[in-house]
Amino acid sequence: MTKQEYTITVYTENQIGLLNRIAIMFSRRKINIESLNTSPSEVEGIHRFTIVIHEVEEVVKKLVRQIEKQVEVLKAYYNNNEELIWQEMALYKVSTDEIAEKVKVERLLREYGARAVVIRKDYTVFETTGHREETDKLIRVLEPFGLIEFVRSARIAIIKASRGFHEKIREFEQHEPSEQVIENEFLDKQQEVFSM
Amino acid sequence: MQSTLSQPQTAALPTKTENISGSQAVLEALVAEGVKTIFGYPGGAIMPIYDALYDYSEKLEHILVRHEQGGIHAAQGFARTSGEVGVVFATSGPGATNLVTGLADAMIDSTPIVAITGQVFAHLLGTDAFQETDVINITTPVTKWNYQVTDATEIPHVLAKAFYIARSGRPGPVLIDITKNAQLQKFDYEGYKACDHIRSYRPKPVVRKEFIREAAKLINEAKQPFVIFGQGVILGKAEKEFLQFIEKAGIPSAWTIMGMSAIPTDHPLAVGMLGMHGNYGPNVLTNECDVLIAVGMRFDDRVTGRLDKYAKQAKLIHLDIDPSEIDKNVKTTVPVWGDCKETLPILTGLIEQKVYPQWLQRFRDFELQEKETCVEPELNPTSDNMTMGEVIRTLNELSGGNAVIVTDVGQHQMVACRYAKFNQSKSNITSGGLGTMGFALPAAIGAKYGAPDRTVVAVIGDGGFQMTIQELGTIMQSNVDVKILILNNHFLGMVRQWQQLFHDKRYSFVNIASPDFVQVAKGYGIDGKSISERKDLQTAMQEMLHHKGAYLLEVNVGKENNVFPMVPQGCSVAEIRLR
Repeated sequence: MTKQEYTITVYTENQIGLLNRIAIMFSRRKINIESLNTSPSEVEGIHRFTIVIHEVEEVVKKLVRQIEKQVEVLKAYYNNNEELIWQEMALYKVSTDEIAEKVKVERLLREYGARAVVIRKDYTVFETTGHREETDKLIRVLEPFGLIEFVRSARIAIIKASRGFHEKIREFEQHEPSEQVIENEFLDKQQEVFSM
Repeated sequence: MQSTLSQPQTAALPTKTENISGSQAVLEALVAEGVKTIFGYPGGAIMPIYDALYDYSEKLEHILVRHEQGGIHAAQGFARTSGEVGVVFATSGPGATNLVTGLADAMIDSTPIVAITGQVFAHLLGTDAFQETDVINITTPVTKWNYQVTDATEIPHVLAKAFYIARSGRPGPVLIDITKNAQLQKFDYEGYKACDHIRSYRPKPVVRKEFIREAAKLINEAKQPFVIFGQGVILGKAEKEFLQFIEKAGIPSAWTIMGMSAIPTDHPLAVGMLGMHGNYGPNVLTNECDVLIAVGMRFDDRVTGRLDKYAKQAKLIHLDIDPSEIDKNVKTTVPVWGDCKETLPILTGLIEQKVYPQWLQRFRDFELQEKETCVEPELNPTSDNMTMGEVIRTLNELSGGNAVIVTDVGQHQMVACRYAKFNQSKSNITSGGLGTMGFALPAAIGAKYGAPDRTVVAVIGDGGFQMTIQELGTIMQSNVDVKILILNNHFLGMVRQWQQLFHDKRYSFVNIASPDFVQVAKGYGIDGKSISERKDLQTAMQEMLHHKGAYLLEVNVGKENNVFPMVPQGCSVAEIRLR
């Protein structure tokens, strides 16, 4: 098995300390978190972690089960890039003089779909949204024109096959949940998983 | 599993709310949860709780230990012999950090513990206040759950959650850190309500009958099936269900160190212990069985040896309450999730009554080989020096297999677990997963409180005993009737054995000097004796067991004896060495 990019989506209660509890599951195994985002989810009061790592599926699978075992975690999923729609946002600060002087810069920014967020006499801040390669490319293009500052957000991702968490949460609130709440990829992909 | 544990009582709700302090609310919660014994050590940040405890002495017995590590190991010993949640108190800062080893030990051995620590006032958090330490973040990796309380109104439901989480599903340690202001704060108390549901927490997976049917099919078709079991059988209080299963199935069964005593050691289907220093037959035949049925065990590396050569020929059925254990170390053919108290009877109902006389005989044949090479020289030695094995044999003979044996870590632990005889469950208390030296003496104290009617013998090496020797003070003060059996080989024996076998006998810092243990015990008012000759063993052991109250017996054994058989690290279980 080769390493590839996996996105782990974790639905949790909103509790102090949970970020640490989840983060140490990766550091304990010396796995680098490439990107981590926490946000509200489609269900009020339920938080959603989106974590990107580069690993082999076998490791990711075990890790997700360990994450799901944490008391405040409702559910954890992992997906490869084909199973997701995702975006990252990037901000670029460049000198306003440079842009004003060089027509080429303006053309480049248009080409990459960059949007001006702030325009001041001394600098201008542009924003782009897209995949890593796209936001990366613009850095390289802007570098010769004096990129003053750059920052990129964590990945946020939507699972293509997901039907959301509204139904699930109702199940979780039941004392005796139906079997589907307990299901995980072990059962979903039984044939694949059971091959010895 | 929680269904089988004694359900906490919901305290009678007062008709109108009472105004009580956070500290009182903590103690009310303990009383409502059925706690009777607390192990602890006071200090500045937990003083309000100790102040309240002063008025609860009729309901709650507090055992003052000599070190917080001793406190938590005692709570573990208590939990292991009683099957209930062990409770420990410690103050903030160093008090709390001293719990960490015990928490890690309880985490890896799935022991239900509720640890309550004091914390500095909430307004001082993060200011490097006196005895402030970030105990929540320090203990996160070694707790099943932890939580910091800064407001007294949270205390009743947080403690209810703590007990529920600690004892349900796969049990584990929970730590609740309570700031001093919350302990002092008065609030309107509406009574205690036990917790039985947390929406984000599923203690046990729903039983899937289709998998049990698949498992039954595999078992019914098997020619050479083999059962291996761990502490899950004991934690699930499923000893009876397990016996019914193996007796109907007629399958030879071996235990992990943590599963030991779940079935009587002399049961006709019992074939011994698995693992690095386990028995010959169960290790070798793991790699020859056709269906391997693992019940409540987690395939520790000390059990499996080299993983890529572990039971590759076998179909594996794994019964566990923790779904994350399935496929963690060894690939499963059929997973059976759930509480084994529920799953085993269903499985037993689906299997055919069978016997495997030839297959069982193979275990007995290996046993015979092992007996000649390893067991006889250990149990009935002809050497001048005494062996650890003959001490354990003598203990078996005199206790009739009815004692609780608490072991520390090292050679004596392996010898005790190899040769001890047990007739009843919850009798073998040891630090299995973490291998914590210094565990036995304090754990034996707790074990005695958890099983007050049983004889508790702590078997300890000369090294481990010196790690928590201060708990002799606890034994003295609380008159705890534990028998301390020191097997002194004047070495850190297990490390020495490895140095001999794998490091060209370069004995690097394993030569440990000891004080006169009998004199030390005398200083604590504990009677004792030291022997070095075989002729004194029987009488000395008798004297220890018949002595009223605590007693220390030091047995000086051969200095350079080794524990065999042994699966050397990096070898497969089939490559187990008899010498």
